Amino acid sequence: MDLKIDALSKQFENKPNPPLLVLDNINLTIKAGEFVSLLGPSGCGKSTLLSMVAGLQKPSSGSVYLGEEEIRKPGPDRGVVFQESALFPWMNVRENVMFPIRKKMTKKEQLSVADKYLQMVQLSKFPEHYPHELSGGMQQRVSIARVLAMNPELLLMDEPFGALDEQTRSILQDEIEKIWLDTKKTVIFVTHSIREAIKLSDRIIIMGARPGTIISDFNVNLGRPRLQADMAKLEEKVMAVLKSEIDKVMQEELSYAGSH
Amino acid sequence: MPVVIKRIMFFVFLLLVWQGIVLLGIWPESMIPSPFSVVNELYLGFKDMTLVYDITASFRHLFIGLFLAILIGTGLGVLLAKVKTADETLGTMILALQSVPSIVWVPLAIIWFGFGETSIIFVVVIGGTFVMTMNIRTGVKNVSPIYLKAAKTMGSKGLDLFFKVVIPAAVPHAVTGVRLAWAFSWRALMAAELLSTGPGLGYTLSYASDFNNMSLVIGIIMIIGVIGSIVDQLVFHRIENKVLRRWGLEEAA
Repeated sequence: MDLKIDALSKQFENKPNPPLLVLDNINLTIKAGEFVSLLGPSGCGKSTLLSMVAGLQKPSSGSVYLGEEEIRKPGPDRGVVFQESALFPWMNVRENVMFPIRKKMTKKEQLSVADKYLQMVQLSKFPEHYPHELSGGMQQRVSIARVLAMNPELLLMDEPFGALDEQTRSILQDEIEKIWLDTKKTVIFVTHSIREAIKLSDRIIIMGARPGTIISDFNVNLGRPRLQADMAKLEEKVMAVLKSEIDKVMQEELSYAGSH
Repeated sequence: MPVVIKRIMFFVFLLLVWQGIVLLGIWPESMIPSPFSVVNELYLGFKDMTLVYDITASFRHLFIGLFLAILIGTGLGVLLAKVKTADETLGTMILALQSVPSIVWVPLAIIWFGFGETSIIFVVVIGGTFVMTMNIRTGVKNVSPIYLKAAKTMGSKGLDLFFKVVIPAAVPHAVTGVRLAWAFSWRALMAAELLSTGPGLGYTLSYASDFNNMSLVIGIIMIIGVIGSIVDQLVFHRIENKVLRRWGLEEAA
């Protein structure tokens, strides 16, 4: 099913100052099976946009549709992987993965689904471990397995590798690419890393800040797996687009700091 | 040097100083008895089972009282965390009550329930309830928003969300609450027993004092201290550390 974002705006109360416009008139259609990255400087509202697709926040105006259905609250058709590990520390790895499906199938089916996805993220040896016993990268793998167990249409990833070291990050990028090729789910991937966006996405949407708007939307027509040489050229192009945005944000922040 | 050795040496030193003071003979035995007569008094007490009987009685009061305190405290804590009006009204009162020393309730308990065990248990309950309430309230209120968000995206809501996510997420605070409730209750227990007609360690302590049996007074004070620290260190600190570690809140201390 396609995802359609229609004239969506979001503002936050910011009393006593006037309300803060975070997203301004976003229009976007994402086709089923597409891997789309939302790329932009901090404060461009990319995470807010994702959280409205997840149904965790409500738009101030406009709407989001998955297929024919308007999104008003969270649902099992959309799974979210957060930046920080959102695993439940009181459950072991397997129990965490079974959490979203515990009411939907028999215990036996739950166990086999958990095994399947733990294997997919290469953690089949750790079902009895507790989150605090795992590294950050392993925790994110469990989070990914947990989301996949739910079998959502749409995979929403909010800077999922942002807190990881460079190497772990690169390994997990390869894996998420493989998983995406295997499962063919629609992925919306929020990141501020240009390279990460280019390495993974079919399509990159660049957002500008204050208020958040779409400033560029283009396809990445490179074969997979992507080669460093092919990516470098595109990286420069994207950097050029982003640079003016980042400058703008910096300027504003400096003048804000200056006025206080 | 291992900590255990240091501690043993410290206590041996303390005993020597104590015995030294006794040998100087400045104060009469009725004020400062020798360590040997304290040990002897404890030995006699355990031999004729009176101290065992007292300890059992004290623990009975404590466990009944603490159990009720935990039960009531949990209920009140959840209420305060979930109902804003209750928090703004009842919450303020509980905060005030929390700062009232438990011994203050003893005269009131004696008028309501007499000098017996009901009074003691009442004071123990009061001693533990409020601190348990405030900890549960904090625990339920401060559940990390990321857990709630994640749970909601996985289809959990309402009572399911509360029992499967909010309550387990609040466990570390609850454990701290139980440990503090125990500590408060233990102190309240002794205060209440001192003024009661027994049985219990506190009662025997005041009894010994009435009969000028200084050895027994000191012996019982030691028992109270030893029980208190054993339960706190061996039971609660271990549980608390284990829970905190698993909940990812603290590295092994």
